[in-house]
Amino acid sequence: MVIQDFERIFQEKIDNEIKIEPKDWMPEAYRKTNIRQISQHAHSEVVGMLPEGNWISRAPSLKRKAILIAKVQDEAGHGLYLYSSAETLGTSRDEMINDLHSGKAKYSSIFNYPSLSWADMGAIGWLVDGAAILNQVMLCRTSYGPYARAMVRICKEESFHQRQGFETLLVLSKGTKEQKDMCQDAINRWWWPSLMMFGPKDSESTNSDQSMKWKIKRKTNDELRQQFVDMIAEQIKLLGMRLPDNKLQWNEERKHYDFGEINWDEFWNVVKGNGPCNKQRLAARNKAHEEGSWVRKAAKVYADKKLKHKKEKIA
Amino acid sequence: MNNYLKDYLLYLADTSLILSQRNSEWCGHGPILEQDIAITNISLDLLGQSRNFYQYAATLIGDNATEDTLAYLRTEREFKNCLIAEQPKGDWAQTILRQFFLSAYQYLVYEKLQAYNNEQLAAIAAKALKEVTYHLRWSSEWVIRLGDGTEESRQRMLQATNELWRYTGEFFITVDYEKEMNIDVADLKIEWMKTVRAIFEEATLPIPDNTFMQTGGKKGIHTENLGFILAEMQYLQRTFPGANW
Repeated sequence: MVIQDFERIFQEKIDNEIKIEPKDWMPEAYRKTNIRQISQHAHSEVVGMLPEGNWISRAPSLKRKAILIAKVQDEAGHGLYLYSSAETLGTSRDEMINDLHSGKAKYSSIFNYPSLSWADMGAIGWLVDGAAILNQVMLCRTSYGPYARAMVRICKEESFHQRQGFETLLVLSKGTKEQKDMCQDAINRWWWPSLMMFGPKDSESTNSDQSMKWKIKRKTNDELRQQFVDMIAEQIKLLGMRLPDNKLQWNEERKHYDFGEINWDEFWNVVKGNGPCNKQRLAARNKAHEEGSWVRKAAKVYADKKLKHKKEKIA
Repeated sequence: MNNYLKDYLLYLADTSLILSQRNSEWCGHGPILEQDIAITNISLDLLGQSRNFYQYAATLIGDNATEDTLAYLRTEREFKNCLIAEQPKGDWAQTILRQFFLSAYQYLVYEKLQAYNNEQLAAIAAKALKEVTYHLRWSSEWVIRLGDGTEESRQRMLQATNELWRYTGEFFITVDYEKEMNIDVADLKIEWMKTVRAIFEEATLPIPDNTFMQTGGKKGIHTENLGFILAEMQYLQRTFPGANW
């Protein structure tokens, strides 16, 4: 068979909704795109632990503390599945982590914003996880098998997180004046960055067409973003709060909410590393990795020692 | 009786809560993702144990006491946790060794308590024992791995031992509330030393010579660390009194 035959068979599988598995032939670009996307997703889970993790010590009740610890721990678990799933494409966790730490690999820009009050724990769960879920539900049907299967499990936990986030805000919205203010302030700060999570407009997105053809993605950035706005614009009514967008309005003709223009300068600046916490987030990851290096080394030396003893015994 | 039981429950709860608070500092900062998850999970278990003890204590105290008023509205002098729990997390060696010393102790305490003549206390202890059994196994494995790993990991374990050994003495000093409940913790020392000796031997680590022991935590006299832990932990409850979260 010539390369064109492999490509034809590959595309036929995709068109017929047959998952691509690790040992199947695949175009190099498909492999690379998946490695880039899955590892980026894994990094986002791990970096995403930081803005929420910093509130564990200050959670306002023991129940909230337990929920928050469990949630952040879930994110670590998601990072693990995703790294494993990317490894099936022929990269290693070490390589991926090195790329994160050197700044070569990206993670979701949303985590470069600071979490400044307890209400941010609610807003992150509701808005950030809410935006992530729309993307992830779509990814449960992505064409690469290991990624799709990892996403099924992750989605179950994420939708739980979103409900917890909403419930955190609901309690605040019914609380004291200070709590209500805290709630509105968190929504104000997280709303626009959440909209940016869906990426550039379709007209400016470089990776979209090929990804749609390969069914890595099944909906465009703008479609997902609209779906998110429509969902949140309804849910916020239950909180009695408002979204910080004067142009937000139901459009009867389109059967969708219209909304204002995203500040794309801010978006690109945060992507380039100029967000409020880009430096701190990367520094925290690098520090944990460096300070853990003697631990990983000791564990390996000890394991090798044990293996050697075992072999000597058998011999 | 209820007064002593209440103090005893607070002592157990405080020790678990403060250790949970310390361990949770690793969340997102662990040496490798799998162990980040493990130490955070232990933190979550300990938090759960403390909540069970606080909730029971709250029913005895009455007067609108809840698990949260007990955790968030008591001062340094009212906390009864063992001193070792409040020590800084330090490096991974220090966190591991502290966990090992305390888990080995909690294991013995809960093992006895599950047969105690108070159904609720016994039931909480029995549940906690299952979790602590895992904490003890996990931390023992790490003590061995680090003690018998590289020269650096060994040095760090020696340093951690030097730092923490002096806080293990108060485990075995029976204080008034334990005495009133007919709980003699001095008895536990032989078994605890047996566990520590076995694991230290496998880790090729020496048992420290008799050193001076710091005490006071169980009676509410703490190291300077506790005030900072509480200031951070209690800040929202203190800033917005009476708010629901």
